[in-house]
Amino acid sequence: MPGDLRDGRIVIVGASLAGLRAAETLREKGFTGSLTVVGEEPHPPYDRPPLSKQVLLGMAAADTTGLPMRPGPPMSPDLPMRPGPPMRPGLPTRQPLDADWRLGVRATGLDLDGKRILLADGDSLPYDRLLIATGTRARPWPRPEQAALEGVLTLRTRDDAARLADRLAAGPRRVLVIGAGFTGSEIASACRERGLPVTVAERGTAPLVGALGGTLAKLATGLHRAHGVDLRCGVTVTDLRGDDSGRFTGADLSDGDRIDADLCVVALGAVRNVEWLADSGLAAGTHGVACDAGCRAFDMYGIVTDDVFVAGDVSRFPHPLFDYQMLSLEHWGNAVEQAEVAAHNMVTPEPRRRPHLAVPVFWSNQFGVNIKSVGVPTFSDQVVIAQGSLRDRRLVAVYGYRGRITAAVTVNMAKWLEHYQRLIETAAPFPPGPGAADGHPLVTEFPLPSDVPDPKGLSHGPTVALTGHLPDRRLTVVRPAG
Amino acid sequence: MAVDTLLERITDQANRPDPYPLYAELREAGVARQTDGSYLVGTYYDIVSLFHDPRLSSDRRNRAAPYRGLEAEEPEQMLPFIRLDDPEHHRLRSLATRPFGPPHSPDRIDSMRGEIAAITEELLASFHGRTRIDIVDDFAYPLPVTVICRLLGVPREDEPVFREWSGAIIDSVDIRPGEDPTERQRAGIQARAQMGRYLADLADQRRGRPGDDMLSAFVNDPDPAGALTHEELAATAVLLLVAGHETTVNLITNGVLTLLRHRDQLDRLRREPDLMPGAVEELLRYEPPVHMLQRTPLAHVDVAGTTIPKGVPVVLVLASGSRDPKRFRDPDRFDPARQDNRHLGFGSGIHICYGAPLARVEAQIALSALLPHLSTATLAEDPPPYRHSAVLRGPRHLPIEL
Ligand SMILES: Cc1cc2nc3c(=O)[nH]c(=O)nc-3n(C[C@H](O)[C@H](O)[C@H](O)COP(=O)(O)OP(=O)(O)OC[C@H]3O[C@@H](n4cnc5c(N)ncnc54)[C@H](O)[C@@H]3O)c2cc1C
Ligand code: HEM
Repeated sequence: MPGDLRDGRIVIVGASLAGLRAAETLREKGFTGSLTVVGEEPHPPYDRPPLSKQVLLGMAAADTTGLPMRPGPPMSPDLPMRPGPPMRPGLPTRQPLDADWRLGVRATGLDLDGKRILLADGDSLPYDRLLIATGTRARPWPRPEQAALEGVLTLRTRDDAARLADRLAAGPRRVLVIGAGFTGSEIASACRERGLPVTVAERGTAPLVGALGGTLAKLATGLHRAHGVDLRCGVTVTDLRGDDSGRFTGADLSDGDRIDADLCVVALGAVRNVEWLADSGLAAGTHGVACDAGCRAFDMYGIVTDDVFVAGDVSRFPHPLFDYQMLSLEHWGNAVEQAEVAAHNMVTPEPRRRPHLAVPVFWSNQFGVNIKSVGVPTFSDQVVIAQGSLRDRRLVAVYGYRGRITAAVTVNMAKWLEHYQRLIETAAPFPPGPGAADGHPLVTEFPLPSDVPDPKGLSHGPTVALTGHLPDRRLTVVRPAG
Repeated sequence: MAVDTLLERITDQANRPDPYPLYAELREAGVARQTDGSYLVGTYYDIVSLFHDPRLSSDRRNRAAPYRGLEAEEPEQMLPFIRLDDPEHHRLRSLATRPFGPPHSPDRIDSMRGEIAAITEELLASFHGRTRIDIVDDFAYPLPVTVICRLLGVPREDEPVFREWSGAIIDSVDIRPGEDPTERQRAGIQARAQMGRYLADLADQRRGRPGDDMLSAFVNDPDPAGALTHEELAATAVLLLVAGHETTVNLITNGVLTLLRHRDQLDRLRREPDLMPGAVEELLRYEPPVHMLQRTPLAHVDVAGTTIPKGVPVVLVLASGSRDPKRFRDPDRFDPARQDNRHLGFGSGIHICYGAPLARVEAQIALSALLPHLSTATLAEDPPPYRHSAVLRGPRHLPIEL
């Protein structure tokens, strides 16, 4: 029956976190039609956060981070899938996830008129509804001949992580990390934990300043220094050097200094995988594919489509809590939630569709501390330490924008996050008011400027980008690709 | 302002066997001021939100004058971390965790399974040839006491001594509106001091001669960061000994009572032993050992449309939240296979039960071992006689016929 949304052909492009969660949800919501998942990587879906944490410490092999599948494993062309979690007693036994996995194949184009996906192997896949979940890739070092030096790596995929872990295990003399965002900082932390000398070069004033603003960036600086990182801020790496056999030997800095190192990790942030959509007519650009709160893609004229959906790191969506600005997030939790909403809406008629309103949540483990964030810290003009203290490296920083709470970041105090999430969701007034049992009166009553720099001044791209009209000076204009 | 008598009725001994209809009334009534001035909160989401509100203090010294009580005036006595706020709470809880759980002692509880099973078997052996036993005196009380004694390194023979202290301490924190607490509090302070001295002396004897118990670990930690002061050690050890044996007894006893009241579920658990961990969680939801906790707001706090003033005690009725139909489907049904069971039995937030992994293992082993004995057993009295406390609620005795 043509009008039945639970039947027909659905294609998902991108076989990672968002793609998998969407596929599972589609089946759980009763979609009985044909379901095809296309993925460029040869591996079945796996988890990325451990790649910069346990894997680099040698605590887990890179090929052990496979994502458990809610129903069963797909047919994998290479590595066997880790079996799903053991069935809990009392749970109904599930059918295996029924999907056709096209792994190791890149989608090269989208024909909206013909409702077809073009594949690199020359095939094309017709669809009735499409989900775009192509995520991001690591931003490479801008000079290709230098990026190609042996010993210059990036970190995004399982294969990248395996290579980097091997290199670290071999005991390099010094590691150079370019970019001190979350990924760069976690890599530096892993190096130190393994006892390896490491230099971190960051164009901004401090590590994490782009994500968390000036106050917590001070804490991040302290962490790097206390763990023996050779931290260079306010400098750019101008050139990577190699020897005659093409092996990386070091780098030149804009302040004239030279770093001798035998391993270089380029952690300059992420690039959205949108090139394959360049001629599609969708609103796809450097900040991702724009969609509405129901995950439906916009075309280049700003008209919403009804059969093309977007989820995960590749998406760009409006959020009411942040003045309906378009957000681009590189967050695990967002990929999961948005994929579930997209899948729900793909098989549900209009009046019962759901909006994707989840408050962004992100975490990072580095230098022995757990950093967790809720809301959008960069959407702020002020910040206050509401609980704990910088000195103890245990605190809750609360961010406000024009008198309401828009974000909170905990350091080793994640148990409190839920409370602040509720405050964000209810647009509670900023500052949060005194009374926290572990607040320091002289601190909690004095909000500071949040000091979020213009992302252009950073080495790495931000993991949260406000890509619409901006609250203050930081305006980014997004043009459609092509 | 309208004043409610619910707290009086809930704490009335006559309602001890079945307080649940009163909890339903409480959830209906919303957050209301009680005759003693305190505020009662009984809905799941409000309780969870207060557990995570940094303005709610566990330190009673923050109470306004009329509610402060004797203990808050006692400057000499070091408070246990259950009664302190961060950062002190965090520091002491972390130190107390070093010999008990991850990251320093990740296998501690797991490695006690064999010992717990052996103690259980010993107790069960004493049932042999008897037709009537008291689940409390013959099983549910001696088991956790023996376990916590071994864990801490306290001689089991001293039980009669610290049983009395423990009773006085528990009494001193009970909620009894309309009764002057001064005497109870005085007795509690004294008991805590005596028990503290007793435990600190035991620890001192192990300085330099460590056994594998926790008191030894506290005084012999080679890392200076692991050091507790003498007073901190005493307060912490008292907390562990009391918390370790006044709660698990109720969980095991309530478990037996509930299973004998739900024969079908008893049979099901015998057929499907894998359900036991879930059944213990369901007991923590359905018949929890800890019914209420108290907090003190450090600022005016709005809850469900009511403003609770700064310094006035708030009573979180966990046992009511765990039966809230807005959170749990069919909340008054005992269902060992229940999914999505995030009950409030161990609290939530930074004070969430420290001993939960141990309590779970104890209850799972104890109830699993009891099951074969229960299939032909009957309750000699239903409802059984209850202990006085409305906060730590449980049967005083549970006689059954085998
Ligand atoms: C090292 C690392 C550490 C991280 N740590 C954290 C953390 O601690 N906390 C946190 O919240 N988040 C973290 N993240 C981010 C998190 O992993 C991402 O948000 C998440 O992976 C997004 O999932 P996704 O499915 O949207 O995109 P991706 O995981 O990027 O997947 C997209 C997939 O699509 C495929 N693809 C791309 N183009 C095509 C095409 N044309 N045709 C077919 N397939 C295509 C890609 O090969 C890829 O497999 C981390 C990421 C990395 C790399
Ligand atoms: C079934 C048994 C148990 C139940 C139902 C239980 C319940 C609870 C609850 C509800 C709290 C929260 C108190 C608060 O928030 O104010 C708590 C805290 C605590 N429990 Fe338990 N408990 C049990 C067993 C144990 C055992 C066996 C131990 C010791 C080994 C223990 C040690 C503690 C300690 C030390 C705290 C204080 C934690 C803190 O303040 O951070 N408990 N318990």
